[in-house]
Amino acid sequence: MEALKQELKNKIITTLNLEDITIEDIADNDPLFGDGLGLDSIDALELIVILDKDYGIKLVDPKEGKTIFQSIESMAAYISANRTK
Amino acid sequence: MTQKTYIQSYITIQNNEIVLNGDSIFKIEPTDFADFSKQAYRHFEIQYPKFFKMDALSKLAFLGSELLLSPLVSADQENNIALVLANKSSSLDTDVKYQESISDKDNYFPSPAVFVYTLPNICLGEISIRHQLKSENTFFIFDAFNTEFLSNYSNILLNTNKADVVLCGWVEFFNDSYKAFLCTISKEENTKYKNENINTLYNK
Repeated sequence: MEALKQELKNKIITTLNLEDITIEDIADNDPLFGDGLGLDSIDALELIVILDKDYGIKLVDPKEGKTIFQSIESMAAYISANRTK
Repeated sequence: MTQKTYIQSYITIQNNEIVLNGDSIFKIEPTDFADFSKQAYRHFEIQYPKFFKMDALSKLAFLGSELLLSPLVSADQENNIALVLANKSSSLDTDVKYQESISDKDNYFPSPAVFVYTLPNICLGEISIRHQLKSENTFFIFDAFNTEFLSNYSNILLNTNKADVVLCGWVEFFNDSYKAFLCTISKEENTKYKNENINTLYNK
């Protein structure tokens, strides 16, 4: 699980072009949206693509995203339970 | 009655250099645009992380407008600054990148972050968001910089009170080849460029 969290932080920084943020800046329970990392709606769509492309998870209900993408912790837990690759 | 309008400031970005009102204010050794734009962002101590998410065309337009508009824009009031830009390649640079990213049917994961930049006028949106502008904005596609058209269009906006200031110009980007020329025009008298027009400044 720890390795997955680091991997996710790395992917988020790279894919979402978070230029001034390092892995160390992102705590596992930091909110990804709003006051946390400040991601926007396009970033949310990119996170859905990451789930699909890298972990074989297709989100059928977009409302699920609100819970899944709350933090690195919640993303890692969801991916661990549902990944197909 | 048609009132005379005046060029207030202008900026040119090309060949790893930024020239503001005729003075070179940033120049680095030859590099690609991604590196050049990042170095320029750092040099001018711009604080706007969304810059790094933009495509090259938007970064080019953003950098030029940032240096021209920052001294003009006030956070306390509505800024009636129209944006009128043009180029030749539209958003083709990003269109090609997007097309390449979806060409493999077995690895088909379109990127929403790339897709949103597959229109040239997105750069106007980026400038408007940055400076909280709710004013007129238009993006034209021409074979070459049509200075007479842009000049006339800007004058109409100013003389019909659709805008207090017009930021107009050319922002061309394709295959890492780029040139931006932007200027601000208003009815406020400015004799500094009285013997100049958009065309002569563009070709300097």
